[in-house]
Amino acid sequence: MNELTLIDEHGKRSDGRGIDDLRPIKITVGVIKNADGSAFIEFGKNKIIVAVYGPREVHPKHMALPDRCVLRCRYHMSPFSTDTRKNPAPSRREVEISKVIRESLEPSLILSDYPRAVIDVFVEVLQADGGSRCAGIIAASVALADAGINMRDLVSACAAGRLGDNIVLDINDLEDKEGDADMPVAYLPNIEQITLLQLDGKLSTSQFNECLNKAIQGCKLVYEIQKEALMKKYFGNELELKEEVV
Amino acid sequence: MSSSKRSTIIVEQLRKQQMLEALLRGKRLDGRNFDSYRDLEIEIGIIDKASGSARVKLGNTEVIAGIKVETGEPFEGLENKGALIMSAEVLPTASSHVEPGPPDEEAIELSRVVDRGVRESKMLDLDKLSLIPGKIVYTIFVDCSIINSDGNLLDATSYAVVAALLTCKLPVFVVQDDKVVNTGDFMPPPITTIPISVTAVKIGDSVLLDPTMEEEACMDARLTITTQSDGDFVALQKGYAGPFAISQILQSAEIARNKGEEIRSRMKGLNKTG
Repeated sequence: MNELTLIDEHGKRSDGRGIDDLRPIKITVGVIKNADGSAFIEFGKNKIIVAVYGPREVHPKHMALPDRCVLRCRYHMSPFSTDTRKNPAPSRREVEISKVIRESLEPSLILSDYPRAVIDVFVEVLQADGGSRCAGIIAASVALADAGINMRDLVSACAAGRLGDNIVLDINDLEDKEGDADMPVAYLPNIEQITLLQLDGKLSTSQFNECLNKAIQGCKLVYEIQKEALMKKYFGNELELKEEVV
Repeated sequence: MSSSKRSTIIVEQLRKQQMLEALLRGKRLDGRNFDSYRDLEIEIGIIDKASGSARVKLGNTEVIAGIKVETGEPFEGLENKGALIMSAEVLPTASSHVEPGPPDEEAIELSRVVDRGVRESKMLDLDKLSLIPGKIVYTIFVDCSIINSDGNLLDATSYAVVAALLTCKLPVFVVQDDKVVNTGDFMPPPITTIPISVTAVKIGDSVLLDPTMEEEACMDARLTITTQSDGDFVALQKGYAGPFAISQILQSAEIARNKGEEIRSRMKGLNKTG
């Protein structure tokens, strides 16, 4: 039954995409005036805003680390972001996602450059549509770059999953609920390291390999969009000038 | 427990001196007149999953309000009325002075003052939002997220709530065999009036509208005045430790009424354009 509704005979998915298509992604950099770095991402119907504050002094002070910077991360969903209203108090799910987002970002940053300080990353989901942790990571990494934090690479993220016999890229909300597997991956494209890997559902060994490869391909596509968004903010006028000359 | 505290935003002595000198010359640091607002942008329908939503930018202050509609039990003593529940959270994205956690006293005051304006003006006719009297009524959640904070959160949040309520579409529930069923249709909300809040602050002997964060850090007292469509006052809230003179209050009330009318006409235009 599932396969019939999630992928039709022409290989089209419930939202009209093919199996290797990403949802439309739009990233805007520097959207929060008070923040040191910020980004807004629209990823399908996901709308997520991320603010970065820091490096700054740690409170409470005993949390400070003598040799590197503390990275703190909060993933939070607005009450109006979901179909039925979400209680604004942090849920267990949000606590876990905050943790995996932090751990996916940490390897990209050169935290030893800022000992005894803290960098705060606030990920606010204004509208959720499946894959919000990946979209949050994508925007958070761009916001960290916008804040001028020393980093090895941008963190790119994308999920792949299984709908019946098909391994598909970028699972949406419906596919997350009705599909057979969902595997979010975060990846540092330049140094080829994986910093987030989760799986919900069942995959055989060959399906697992295919899924992981597909997710990494997705990350590479997303990486280009992240770079473009940063280029647009920092070299926007120059890019336009070049186009005019051509 | 509430205790007096230092402003969390520290304005340098020189800057404060500059501000006071400018005020004596009748000017503010950003060049505005005492009674002028910053640019007000109102965008509606930004969250598809909400029954109504609005983003308001007042200068650099940015607030999003979203409405979710459910059914539930009525409040005690209000058995035949729909339930209206409002919350506001100053997100940690909003400034470097905000820490995540349950709302502090300022955030609670914020949502309660905004709530008071909507409730006391009877903007929504809650009598029309009862389904099974005494048992099941519409429950309307209005949640606000402050994205960026640069002063006057009270007015910005209030405008976001009003804009979201004015333009929301409520699901139509009907009662069949004592059960509530969602018909899948939508109806406009039962609006009776448009409450508009106007906030004034006192710095030294000057009274200014729409304070920035920097001005709020220097203020002695704050007064929020909410008027409804016929110009009547529906809610007042004085905040901070300093006093107001009676003449300043009367003057602010007059300004609030005029300014309120100006902003109300913007709100009236929303349904037409949206």
